[in-house]
Amino acid sequence: MNDEPLLRMEGIRKVFSGVVALDGVDFRLERGEVHALVGENGAGKSTLIKIMTGAYRRDGGRVLLEGREVNFRSPEEAQGEGVVAVYQEVNLLAFRTVAENIFLGREPRRLGFIDWGRMNAAAGAILDRLGLDIDPRAPLGSLNIALRQMVAIARGVSSGAKVVVLDEPTSSLTEHEVSILYDVIRRLKAEGVGVVYISHRFDELYTVCDRVTILRDGRFVAARPLAGLEKIDLVCLMLGKQRDELQRGGATAFGERQGAGTEGATPLLRAENLTRGRRLDHVTVEAGRGEIVGMAGLLGSGRTETARAIFGADPVEEGRVLLEGKPLAVNSPNDAIDAGLAFLTEDRKAEGIIPELSVRENLTLAALPEMSRFGVVSRARQDEVVERFMKRLGIKASSADQKIRELSGGNQQKVLLARWLCKNPRFLILDEPTRGIDVGAKGEIQSLINEQAASGLGVLMISSELEELVEGCCRVVVMRDGRCAAELRGADISQENIIHAMAEGSAGEVMSDE
Amino acid sequence: MSNAAQAGTGIGLRGAARIAVYAPTYGALAALVLLLVVNSVFTPNFFDLNNFRNILLQVAPTVLVATGMTLVISTGGIDLSVGSVMAIASAVAATSLDAGALPAVLLALGAATLVGAFNGALISGFRIQPIIVTLAMLISGRGVAQVLSNGGQLVPFSNASFEYLGQGVVAGVPTQVLVMALAVGLAIFAMRATAFGRYVVAVGGNEAAARLAGIRVHRAKITVYALSGLLAGLAGLIETARLGASDAQKVGLNIELDAIAATVVGGTPLTGGRATVVGTLVGALIMQVITTGFVMNGISYAWSLVIKAAIIIIAVYIQRPKVA
Repeated sequence: MNDEPLLRMEGIRKVFSGVVALDGVDFRLERGEVHALVGENGAGKSTLIKIMTGAYRRDGGRVLLEGREVNFRSPEEAQGEGVVAVYQEVNLLAFRTVAENIFLGREPRRLGFIDWGRMNAAAGAILDRLGLDIDPRAPLGSLNIALRQMVAIARGVSSGAKVVVLDEPTSSLTEHEVSILYDVIRRLKAEGVGVVYISHRFDELYTVCDRVTILRDGRFVAARPLAGLEKIDLVCLMLGKQRDELQRGGATAFGERQGAGTEGATPLLRAENLTRGRRLDHVTVEAGRGEIVGMAGLLGSGRTETARAIFGADPVEEGRVLLEGKPLAVNSPNDAIDAGLAFLTEDRKAEGIIPELSVRENLTLAALPEMSRFGVVSRARQDEVVERFMKRLGIKASSADQKIRELSGGNQQKVLLARWLCKNPRFLILDEPTRGIDVGAKGEIQSLINEQAASGLGVLMISSELEELVEGCCRVVVMRDGRCAAELRGADISQENIIHAMAEGSAGEVMSDE
Repeated sequence: MSNAAQAGTGIGLRGAARIAVYAPTYGALAALVLLLVVNSVFTPNFFDLNNFRNILLQVAPTVLVATGMTLVISTGGIDLSVGSVMAIASAVAATSLDAGALPAVLLALGAATLVGAFNGALISGFRIQPIIVTLAMLISGRGVAQVLSNGGQLVPFSNASFEYLGQGVVAGVPTQVLVMALAVGLAIFAMRATAFGRYVVAVGGNEAAARLAGIRVHRAKITVYALSGLLAGLAGLIETARLGASDAQKVGLNIELDAIAATVVGGTPLTGGRATVVGTLVGALIMQVITTGFVMNGISYAWSLVIKAAIIIIAVYIQRPKVA
């Protein structure tokens, strides 16, 4: 009985309309343990959490809570058994008091009416227990996000939680607020509560967690104590790389690496000190004409945020973007496009395609101003461009009239790439240009990027595929926790050094330029 | 074209895709034809030039408003304020007719466009839901119109050139039918041939992607609501000219519902991302033919409402998104 863990999940399987999201995943949480759950995009973290807390039903495997097999059909049922999740977006009622929120749905009653005195006292006791100085009578809306999150945790604890899941709890907190959270976690730990902690920030994991379970592509990879696990090994496990097998070549269609012939000259594009909350912290990158500069980093490290900031899609608190040494006034993507920038987004479906429109309209969407006179689009020019690029990029569609949503991922990506290339941009930002597309299209897109750079474009390429970065780029900036952790160039660009920088923030003896 | 294998599969796919794209319009058109056939059999004197003329006369204001509504709905929005905007245009025109017909018309249309642009600015700039913004304007707009016309009294007038807008005939065609045809024609042109038309459906189809492709989303939205205001204002003027008086309490009452119904029946989905102006015209005609047919057969008007409701439900059911 005593060696039975608090929560045990065995061989968990989950399939979403034919796609396997989790396949035989094991997870084991002890009493009084803070357990990190890590993995890259599509690893299956959130699916596992949702099965744990009753939001999804599993398709296979067993869940045992204190040695007893459980089968939660809803989050309420899981909560009743003491398994509680506190999500990023806190789902509480801003206009109700702290006490009401803590006891929502289970208010202490007397003669059918809410017993306010008892409820406020009980809420106060719980907040005290967590070391929180919050007035239970205050409306929740008067608290800042951090304290609201604490109230959400208090709500979980008040129902006698044994397992508390914290999903990215620090993403909207300041440093000071994070320390309050750590305090609360330590108190939970001391009471024997098991905490599942999901975060992209390694520092946090190593500060607050005892053990880590690593998932990759819906599979269980390993579970280890964090003490004694080197960060670089952790990253290798997350990415599925062997530490001693990081020197392979020829896996991509990039061929010879682009020569960095523009040293010393004014770079084509330079982004300086881009800063936005804790997501971007004084990020500086630059790329010259004909250069492909890579950007590496784990999920949440600030790669996409950097791209969006350069492109004017998100405002920055500090920093500027220079094109050929001249500062750009970029307040919207439209300004960036006018300046000759292009941005291939990571999420094709959410931020790329207009699903109901045809290949023709999707391809020419950004170029319509050049194809129009007095606002009237020249169908002839449109057709000419569409035909040229469909041929050049080998876009497979029944015709230019076909809706883009009916195309394969690779062909959609080619259409989106053509959307930018037909505008003859000067600088191309690519966010995961080959993710989720088949091998053939991948190679074609890689050689196309290479071709573009050779013709004088500057390229910033964000990628999770280390082979792509190592073989395609003349320089690689490695991001970590919203900062540039390292900049690798020339012979120093290797999978091993990139992983090192992702994990530790430096690549052995190789360091950034200054 | 030169690639035989590709062309082989291509034609099949292309044919299927084309039908999928136009099915709602064809469906609505088929329904309209069916209604006309049924009426010509059962309704005496239905196939009479005068009768068609009446149908077009009656449907004109609804079509104008529904055309603007179609643009708004294709961006994923909605405009409930159109009836009140008609009332504002009516009151403005009636009270300023002393300055002449043309200034009064321009002033009224300007006011209507401004109200629409204001809706658009609140929706786009402050991210308030379209249904809320335009509901507020539906309520307050009619209040404004009544204040303008001395507390909602009937404002009669006598101005021959203004009344021409609602009572005149050009080459045998009533003025308002001409105005309607012109507006529908321009809207079809705008949606098919201009960059603006593509921006509108792109914003409705995927706003985030549209913004990242450099489309000025704010501008597109404000323009669409302003156009909806302009077209509603035009409809308000026609109604006013037809009556020979401005009735701020009644002009355009409940027309937003007819306009939304015509749009939906015509095949523009409420979720946005697609627009068919022709479909909307057909949708409005279907509604009008039902009403006319019932009236001519001496059946209670109330029953035509029930039939219309059934048609709306059926139309939306047929057009529901298919689960992939």
